[in-house]
Amino acid sequence: MSSPLRRLLQLAWPIRNWMLLAALLGSLTIISGIGLLTTSAYLISMAALHPDVSALSIAIVGVRFFGIARGSFRYLERLVSHRATFRLLANLRVWFYSALEPLMPARLLVQKDGQQHELRSGDLLRRAVSDIDTLQNFYIRVLAPPLVALVIGVLMWIFFGAFGIVFGLIFIAFYLLSSVGIPWLAHLLGQRVSREMVSTQAELESQLVDSVQGIADLIAFGQQERQAQSIERMNKKLQKLQMTAAYVSGMQGTLTNLLMNLTAWTMLLVAIPYVYRGELSGIILAVLVLGALASFEGVLPLASSFQQLGGSLEAARRLFEIVDARPAVQNPTTPSPTPQDHSIQVKDLSFRYEESEPYVLRDVSFTLPRGKCLMIVGPSGSGKSTLANLLLRFWDYQEGTMTLGGQPLQAYQQDDLYQQMSVVEQDTHLFNTTIRENLMIARKQASEEEMIEAARKAQLHDFVLSLPEGYDTAVGEQGLRLSGGERQRVAIARAFLKNTPILLLDEPTVNLDAITERAVLDAIKALRQQRTTIMVTHRLAEMEMADEILVLHHGRIVERGTHASLLQSEGLYWRMWQQQRARTVEAV
Amino acid sequence: MQINKRLLQYVKTMRIYVVIVGALSFLTAMFIIFQSHYIAAIINAVFLQKQALAQVTTALIILLCLLLGRAAVIWGNDIATNFVAGTVKSELRLRLFRQLLKLGPMYVRGERSGEIANTSTEAVEALDAYFNQFFPQVCATIIIPTAILIAVFATDLLSGIILLVTWPILPVFMILIGLQANAMTERRWRQMSHLSAHFLDVLQGMTTLKLFGRNKAQQETIRNMSNRYGDTTMAVLRVAFLSSFVMEMGSTISNAVIAVEIGLRLLYGNIPFEQAFFVLLLTPEFYQPLRNLGTQFHASMNSAAGAQRIFDILEIPVKGQAQPTIPEKPATLEQTLTIEDVHYAYPTGDDNRQEALKGVSLTIQRGQKVALVGKSGAGKSTLANLLLRFIEPDQGAIKADGQDILSFKDTAWRSLVAWQPQRPYLFNTTVADNIRLGRPEASMEEVVEAARSANLDEFIATLPQGYETSIGERGTRLSGGQLQRLSLARALLKQSPLLLLDEATSTLDAESEAQVLRTIDRIAPEHFVLIIAHRLHTISRADRIVVLDHGQVIASGTHQELLEQSPVYQELIKAYEEEEAVA
Repeated sequence: MSSPLRRLLQLAWPIRNWMLLAALLGSLTIISGIGLLTTSAYLISMAALHPDVSALSIAIVGVRFFGIARGSFRYLERLVSHRATFRLLANLRVWFYSALEPLMPARLLVQKDGQQHELRSGDLLRRAVSDIDTLQNFYIRVLAPPLVALVIGVLMWIFFGAFGIVFGLIFIAFYLLSSVGIPWLAHLLGQRVSREMVSTQAELESQLVDSVQGIADLIAFGQQERQAQSIERMNKKLQKLQMTAAYVSGMQGTLTNLLMNLTAWTMLLVAIPYVYRGELSGIILAVLVLGALASFEGVLPLASSFQQLGGSLEAARRLFEIVDARPAVQNPTTPSPTPQDHSIQVKDLSFRYEESEPYVLRDVSFTLPRGKCLMIVGPSGSGKSTLANLLLRFWDYQEGTMTLGGQPLQAYQQDDLYQQMSVVEQDTHLFNTTIRENLMIARKQASEEEMIEAARKAQLHDFVLSLPEGYDTAVGEQGLRLSGGERQRVAIARAFLKNTPILLLDEPTVNLDAITERAVLDAIKALRQQRTTIMVTHRLAEMEMADEILVLHHGRIVERGTHASLLQSEGLYWRMWQQQRARTVEAV
Repeated sequence: MQINKRLLQYVKTMRIYVVIVGALSFLTAMFIIFQSHYIAAIINAVFLQKQALAQVTTALIILLCLLLGRAAVIWGNDIATNFVAGTVKSELRLRLFRQLLKLGPMYVRGERSGEIANTSTEAVEALDAYFNQFFPQVCATIIIPTAILIAVFATDLLSGIILLVTWPILPVFMILIGLQANAMTERRWRQMSHLSAHFLDVLQGMTTLKLFGRNKAQQETIRNMSNRYGDTTMAVLRVAFLSSFVMEMGSTISNAVIAVEIGLRLLYGNIPFEQAFFVLLLTPEFYQPLRNLGTQFHASMNSAAGAQRIFDILEIPVKGQAQPTIPEKPATLEQTLTIEDVHYAYPTGDDNRQEALKGVSLTIQRGQKVALVGKSGAGKSTLANLLLRFIEPDQGAIKADGQDILSFKDTAWRSLVAWQPQRPYLFNTTVADNIRLGRPEASMEEVVEAARSANLDEFIATLPQGYETSIGERGTRLSGGQLQRLSLARALLKQSPLLLLDEATSTLDAESEAQVLRTIDRIAPEHFVLIIAHRLHTISRADRIVVLDHGQVIASGTHQELLEQSPVYQELIKAYEEEEAVA
């Protein structure tokens, strides 16, 4: 048993009783079908001998019973199996969430050359969600059919065996051949083609997506014909592959049907001499034929079950791959210490993401007393965002110390750490719900007044009032109905509402145009009051706010001081400042 | 079947397909009937007439042949339907792409593009189910029961009547319940995707949840939501399952009724055994196609929805593109590009039109660098779209050396325009191929040269496989600045006389911005350069600045002239200054 399959079964373990019940009902459905046909065959064979009516009464009852039972069992089986599916879906979701939670956000960021790149996290997660949706059918489509086929196989083997060993043998030989042999053969033959088909299809799909989304570029550069030809080529290839696959899958259906009929035919062939010699009642002849035909209903769903197994395992493998990472951070086993105050101290901090990677931070030290403001500036790739992530304990540092309120950062439970900090990041995630709920996430028990007050301080209130439904306006998927500036103001309002002694701002205006930046900075200034603040920034704006400025370059602090003193010393900071001003000066 | 008729319209092979599938269904029906006949005959001979194996050998061999024949038909059916499905899919894919090309980028833009991309991939794929399963099943459901019915009637009137009476009742019931269930099922699917979207939202916001200490509570929320969804859905499903329940019940009960009915008549000698057994064998086959159809109904719904989306796009009327007066006149642009009193209004769905340009005139000489400025919505992008012939002026004309550009073939004209869009699209291929979009036949040296001019070569050198590194969806991600420079490299490689640059609003780092501007300065003398400018730096370097406001040119001149004369320009510059001087 391959590992993803075993783990998948483990995930399904809690709902095993539901699954077994569904499999039982599924088996009963097919047995009823077999019962209906065999008792019917028995009934008319008996009747042909013109016995007394009473001799038929049991068969008549049997026919009626199976006639009704089949539909009922099918109905129950559907109810139970869907119930099992929903349970499985809920389990899978909770499992994935819980498994991913300790890994976030480090899992979705990759490091390269000492810089962080966001892995296309949206795509990755979207894929994961659809993989989970695929897996919810794992039970109904993949697991149940073999179980049912097994039950039917064993029972019918016994049934036919009762008429003579040879009939049992005929049945089980054909049954095994069509339930195991043919899917296996189809798998062998189709393996290469289906793999090639998947990759060709993916390629065609990506070309089509490219063609649609890049249509302006294609047309503007006159490349539409070339693209059309390329699509056509890919089309032809896919079509050819589909035909090859059709030969295989068609063969599978064909052989299954043939084996089913051959079973009946062989039974007939073998039974005839027995009947002729009087060793077997003629009544049984019809029973054998119809029983053989009916019992293959258990085999028919196996083909698609085998096909879907591959897809399910692939989906599971991808999910396991995501969650099978070592968490970047371990919570301490002891409860968090009580911070002495709201100061932050960093001493001789060095950090790299991997042993093999270069250092991203080298010998960084600073002390930030309670209520003071520290700004960290530097060109991109200087390590300033990494420093912010270390303060948030998204990663753990290896060398040096970081303390908060006199206690080492690693001694705090993550949750307790975050209770003391408010964070405004480059990009604010808004949940697809109302503005109110997006704000209240910061403090669940906040009153309406407190929320409005926070929004007002963040200069969000007037904007919200201009919306048709005010605070009950939905923000859309990923908050896309709000502009970047509005989203950042939501983040600031959240911070007001959370009202923590420490504030961490990680390039809060990096994705904004300059006019919006201005307004957001005003809101940040209001938020900053009295709070111990660390702000990471690439633009030298509002630098007077800082009590100390650190200039990072290649992971080291190359300059430090106040805005005025740094300008005087005419170093890197001064050059950055000049560069930024130069554009304006030259223009005017 | 509505989708049928429309497919007939679009797909040439459709007619042959219908005939083949129908013929194969008929063959299947024949095989079923004769197979049952021979089984009944053999059993009758052995069971009642006490014949030996030797006497029924011929019948057994014929039966074996029939079984083989039936299997062969199944194979043939699979191959035929797959062949048609493959053909139809590839035909529709190409048709869709060509239609999109005709509709142009103005149709395929923004949020719609995702949906359209989805239509051209998933909706087309979903047709498979229709061709491979649903339609053959519909044929089978019509032909096989009919043939069986005739055979049964010819054998035994009473059983025939029972079949005839029950057959229409079942689909009617099924349809009645199915209709109700369908509405519910559809709602369920919507809910389902809603729930998945919510789950995705939570996953994407996990860092935020963590920072606010809400992460643990979410676990329960997810479980509760999923379970609650399951509970409410079960209520819906119970109804949906009823439809198949009725189907199942109806067919098995009438199966039982026939068995008992012929059993009793057989008892009293009113029907010979062989005929009775023949009918008994045919009864399950009679209902089987209908039962299969029920299970394939959902797949067909998906196909139908997909087909609908495909036809919706294919049936959008394409506005008659102006045809060139002289068919193959080579497009040229040597001295002057003039925009003469151009008007354009965007259609806004309901018959209204939104005026974007109201009589814009502008002349660019070779070697000139013209900057287009104005607030967003002033008409800058519209002008670019007109120059690219993504749209055509409602009034007025754009002329190249006095020739209306509409008199050239659109592709011929576009070969003269190199465009750097604000949001360039990265194709899912290598860096080199992405640059080569500008000119596919360009040599590697030329590609490198273009990259160097766009100040991109240093970055490319840091990539693992250099120019052969995969970028786009499945590869390395580029930053905004890198993307801009790549797109500039594309435009430079194209070596077209007109350079149309739509500057990004986001900030490039100062060093590369300066370098890019130097490159543009260097090539400007041999080109017509029109820059939609967002930054002071660019604006101040232009030979001439044109100020657009509400779809009209309200001022034009050098930076100094405009600063002295145009209040709107002063206002704009002040805004830009503040923007860039926040420090």
